[in-house]
Amino acid sequence: MIPLEYYVALSALLFVIGGVGFLVRRNALVALMSIEVMLNAANLALVAFNRWRFEHVDARAYAGQDHTGQVFAFFVIAAEAAEVAVGLAIVLSLYRLRRTVRTDEADLLKN
Amino acid sequence: MSTSLIYFWACAATAVLGGLSVVVAKNPIRGAMGLLMLIVSVAGLFLPLHAQFLAAIQLIVYAGAIVVLFLFVIMLLGPSASTPVDRRGTFVRAASGGLFALAGGAFWVILARAVGTGGPAAPDPSFGGIDAVGSVLFTDALVPFELSSGLLMVAVVGAVAVARGRQGKRSMSESELEVARTSVPLPDPADKGTGVFSHEIDDRDAGGHAR
Repeated sequence: MIPLEYYVALSALLFVIGGVGFLVRRNALVALMSIEVMLNAANLALVAFNRWRFEHVDARAYAGQDHTGQVFAFFVIAAEAAEVAVGLAIVLSLYRLRRTVRTDEADLLKN
Repeated sequence: MSTSLIYFWACAATAVLGGLSVVVAKNPIRGAMGLLMLIVSVAGLFLPLHAQFLAAIQLIVYAGAIVVLFLFVIMLLGPSASTPVDRRGTFVRAASGGLFALAGGAFWVILARAVGTGGPAAPDPSFGGIDAVGSVLFTDALVPFELSSGLLMVAVVGAVAVARGRQGKRSMSESELEVARTSVPLPDPADKGTGVFSHEIDDRDAGGHAR
């Protein structure tokens, strides 16, 4: 059996990779993809904690059928699909307006 | 090293590689492929955690829909989707290095704690299956489940509205206005026509009766 800590450590590593990508890259598409990486890391942690929680904490309530973490990850996936649809639409309209996908040239609200 | 541990490390390595290639790739297509790699290996990691339903959802929604959406947009933008080398100031580099150092420290501390700890016993075989998760979705999580359908609907409508821009309300150009102003000339009653068009035939018949 793989310890829970392995999953949490992997999740932290993936989250940092996504966060650094979001900070460092100026391509709006890559920034969106970095958000995907971060959310995947969060999902991994949620599912891993769910696997342990049902054994240690809440065995009496659901008799081993506590899916809170998995359901939470499910909603994260749904919210993320919505976020990607709107985000890509914004990238497209930014490209139509400015002929670029660089985030530092999206300064329409400046001044 | 047990089989499950080898499987975990293989999936973890491909996940980290995929995540790194998302961040590092100059060409966004490669970034999308790295994202696909990450998604598939995270779905693989869900399986030993008894989350079969979520693994399937992950493959269908992420790999099947989101990555394909990214690829559509990248191909729509063409070569301008890839930007020249991103150069950031020293602050962001220092912050990135600090984040990685922090994560690395946490990684080793967590792994050192993990040595010797065992996992929970195997759960009920139905745990994480579609019936178990589905029954939670339709009982405890019913309200957020229905709200998420509303969220997706609003997102789709908003995406269409944003991506279409002003095309719907676009005013007609000068040449189109000229065409619109010029009315189609009515057929001349004196013209007997060529006998080709139906309205000419109708006109001739009407004229014959009047005579």
